[in-house]
Amino acid sequence: MTAQPKDIATYNFAYLDEQTKRMIRRAILKGIAIPGYQVPFASREMPMPYGWGTGGVQVTASIIGPGDVLKVIDQGADDTTNAVSIRAFFKKVANVAVTTDTASATIIQTRHRIPEHPLTAGQVLVYQVPIPEPLRFLEPRETETRKMHALEEYGLMHVKLYEDIAKHGRIATTYAYPVKVEGRYVMDPSPTPKFDNPKMHRSPALQLFGAGREKRIYAVPPFTEVVSLDFEDHPFEVQTFDQPCALCAAENVYLDEVILDDHGGHMFVCSDTDHCEKRRNAPTSPLWGGRAEGAGGGLDQSTPHSTPTPALRADPPHKGEGKEKQ
Amino acid sequence: MYVAVKGGEAAIANAHSLLADRRRGDRSVPALRLDQIVEQLALGVDRVMSEGSLYDRELAALAIAQARGDLIEAIFLVRAYRTTLPRFGYTKPIDTDNMLVERRVSATYKDLPGGQLLGPTFDYTHRLLDPELAAGGDVAEPLQRETEAQAMPRVSAILAREGLIEPDGEMPQDHIPGDITREPLEFPMARDIRLQALSRGDEGFLLALGYSTQRGYARNHPFVGEIRIGEVELELDVPELPFAVPLGTVRVTECQMVNQFKGSAKAPPQFTRGYGLVFGQSERKAMAMALCDRALRATELGEDVTAAAQDEEFVISHSDNVQATGFVEHLKLPHYVDFQAELDLVRRMRAEYDARENPVKAEEKREAAE
Amino acid sequence: MTDEPLLRVSALSKFYGSRVGCDNVSFDLWPGEVLAVVGESGSGKTTLLNCLSTRLLPSSGTASYRMRDGQFRELYRMSEAERRFLMRTDWGFVHQNPADGLRMTVSAGANVGERLMAVGDRHYGKIRATAVDWLSRVEIDEDRIDDEPRAFSGGMRQRLQIARNLVTGPRLVFMDEPTGGLDVSVQARLLDLLRGLVTDLGLAAIVVTHDLAVARLLSQRMMVMKDGRVVESGLTDRVLDDPRAPYTQLLVSSILQV
Repeated sequence: MTAQPKDIATYNFAYLDEQTKRMIRRAILKGIAIPGYQVPFASREMPMPYGWGTGGVQVTASIIGPGDVLKVIDQGADDTTNAVSIRAFFKKVANVAVTTDTASATIIQTRHRIPEHPLTAGQVLVYQVPIPEPLRFLEPRETETRKMHALEEYGLMHVKLYEDIAKHGRIATTYAYPVKVEGRYVMDPSPTPKFDNPKMHRSPALQLFGAGREKRIYAVPPFTEVVSLDFEDHPFEVQTFDQPCALCAAENVYLDEVILDDHGGHMFVCSDTDHCEKRRNAPTSPLWGGRAEGAGGGLDQSTPHSTPTPALRADPPHKGEGKEKQ
Repeated sequence: MYVAVKGGEAAIANAHSLLADRRRGDRSVPALRLDQIVEQLALGVDRVMSEGSLYDRELAALAIAQARGDLIEAIFLVRAYRTTLPRFGYTKPIDTDNMLVERRVSATYKDLPGGQLLGPTFDYTHRLLDPELAAGGDVAEPLQRETEAQAMPRVSAILAREGLIEPDGEMPQDHIPGDITREPLEFPMARDIRLQALSRGDEGFLLALGYSTQRGYARNHPFVGEIRIGEVELELDVPELPFAVPLGTVRVTECQMVNQFKGSAKAPPQFTRGYGLVFGQSERKAMAMALCDRALRATELGEDVTAAAQDEEFVISHSDNVQATGFVEHLKLPHYVDFQAELDLVRRMRAEYDARENPVKAEEKREAAE
Repeated sequence: MTDEPLLRVSALSKFYGSRVGCDNVSFDLWPGEVLAVVGESGSGKTTLLNCLSTRLLPSSGTASYRMRDGQFRELYRMSEAERRFLMRTDWGFVHQNPADGLRMTVSAGANVGERLMAVGDRHYGKIRATAVDWLSRVEIDEDRIDDEPRAFSGGMRQRLQIARNLVTGPRLVFMDEPTGGLDVSVQARLLDLLRGLVTDLGLAAIVVTHDLAVARLLSQRMMVMKDGRVVESGLTDRVLDDPRAPYTQLLVSSILQV
């Protein structure tokens, strides 16, 4: 009667059994065939909680092979705990090579960001999706939203945008900004900031979306039209930052605000850690060697700086040294 | 100076080793063995098997130990394991008529064929803390007596003989029973699917919903026709063999609610059924399930849908505690990126608000900043 | 202008089990014509309206609608997508209770603009200008455009519902007791407004009402229903002044005496 846990707990390559993978691949293929359409699939319980990327993990587990190179990011960073945990999971159950380098990854699983480095043909971007239904907060019923998609009744979506402008003078949706895919389905790009929406448009990479708890998979095949919803006289626009990254001086990238002290001191740094590190280490970077005082030294300064940027030290940050936010 | 956050991997490993330490607790206290959990925390094990949808006491016990007694976490562990197991086939429907009954009570008949059997129940215990239990005293063997095997027809069958209760639900001829662990849920759903979802649904959630029906939110006038707990045999049809192969027995709790019904445009006046069935011994869960099942049949029976317990999308979408806990707890995960986007918007809107409400001050501010 | 009707209804019946909803109803509706359907509650007038507006499928019979391209289409053979499209472009439906026809939690402007956006208008400024125009046509102050209908009186809500329906220039509007539930003085104002709009826009309408005064003011033609059947139909003035069916006589005399 005594259990021998070691004998019973054995798992297939990449955790999922092959039947399940086949079922998920069928859903993925269907999703690719109907861009932006949410394909129901029999989502499995995964060894991480629902809402923590189980959809993305199932998609990745179903497409990954021993030759793949996997990158996992959360909030753009390779080193946030959930990204670390998912990467470690695949290292353990699939024994695949992992990387933080965007360009050399074949599969990139992401939560909330699209990498700054342009993706290329052959790469797969796997999004973790909490709520796949872009109409959910306008209409809570699944039976009704499926009908709205089927009949292409998207007027309500613009009603929401209209209300934003009427109340706030602008479209007040900043992330999970709805898009129309290939002129047909309105799709939730997952809670990426709208800053990343343009990167989805005609991307050479295959984009797959997995929502585990909600049991939906959808896809944007390479070179597909992805258009953010807007009005002609209130066109879609992305966030801009008043200053470049305080570490690598990058402009036109998405920045995280970091609180430095309790007197309101803060700085803005790249949310894409790989991109930031690459820039700081590249011999061609103007920051290489003698790091300029102040941000953006030597780089295009067309963006006006309205707030002072904290000065930088010359010594580059050491891996593993830093800590929690100070 | 600021250094980007690094070292997540080491932090996670350290956290997990601390977790292992806390799980073990004081080393001078003997470690719990799985057989102790199976034998002495049996109802917790039953709940994990039931909501984990896997009938295996040792694995459930392991999960409880690993989860430090957090039953939802244990259910999660079991689910994540069972989902990877290959499916050999589906057993034939269990026959609760032929249950080896340990407990059977009916609230509708004082006496009935097979009698009322109290069995191992908390009912009628006085909830007084027992210091002797803390002292670890011996427990006497229970009394036993030999009886003739006696048929124990289900109360619903007794009512059905007179046509007083609706027939047991019949699925259409070509209906293949669904499997919620293998197919995506789609609304509206057939009752077989709904019952599966309820059976693995969170006990607390179903209890609260069932309770709400008793308090007038979709009142369905229930009587406990019968609750029975005991062992039932599992049989598997194997194509090569002319007979069903017995696989063993499982212990289940079945509850048949009998509900008053005055009839509607769709159905004649008669008693209707609410059904609950769960692994192991859990009357509370089986009864709550039966109340919810009946409430969810509102549309089928032509009743107005007015309350949460009758709303299939609402109940079934939110009854799974593994899904619920995951999504609630995911709020702990970083949302820096989205929060940044919202921060930026709020700052801009506040600046505009200031400029509108207080043009002079805003102007000063801007000058000061430049 | 045209020599063909807008809607042809033939032998339309709806049964709920053995109970009759409406039985064997036939009529033609011409462009710009307002038809009142009167009767007591339970007479089948609302069932008829719901069948005609395809909110309900009839048990038997047909109804054909002349589309903008001049072709007649059988309503109950259309796909749901086509019916819904018709519903939000060429048709309107004014509910007795405005809350059933409005989005109570979005602004008046968005309520009016929704149909425009649903058919593809993507210019905020133009949508808003159209909404302003329509609000003024139904006598709602422009400065209420960003208010939610929750903050409106019953009469205002009903006028907002009318604007929301008319903004896409429909050719046919269904109305279910449009003045029911309103105070008498508010009713009069609403009826005036409706009459003006219907005339100005050349709308065809089918108005269900139990109120003969509403029928008299709005409609050119009327049908009297009892127990699911049409007991009398004809020009409104003729039916009201010279009722022929005994039931109509009873109805007219009982109401006019009050």
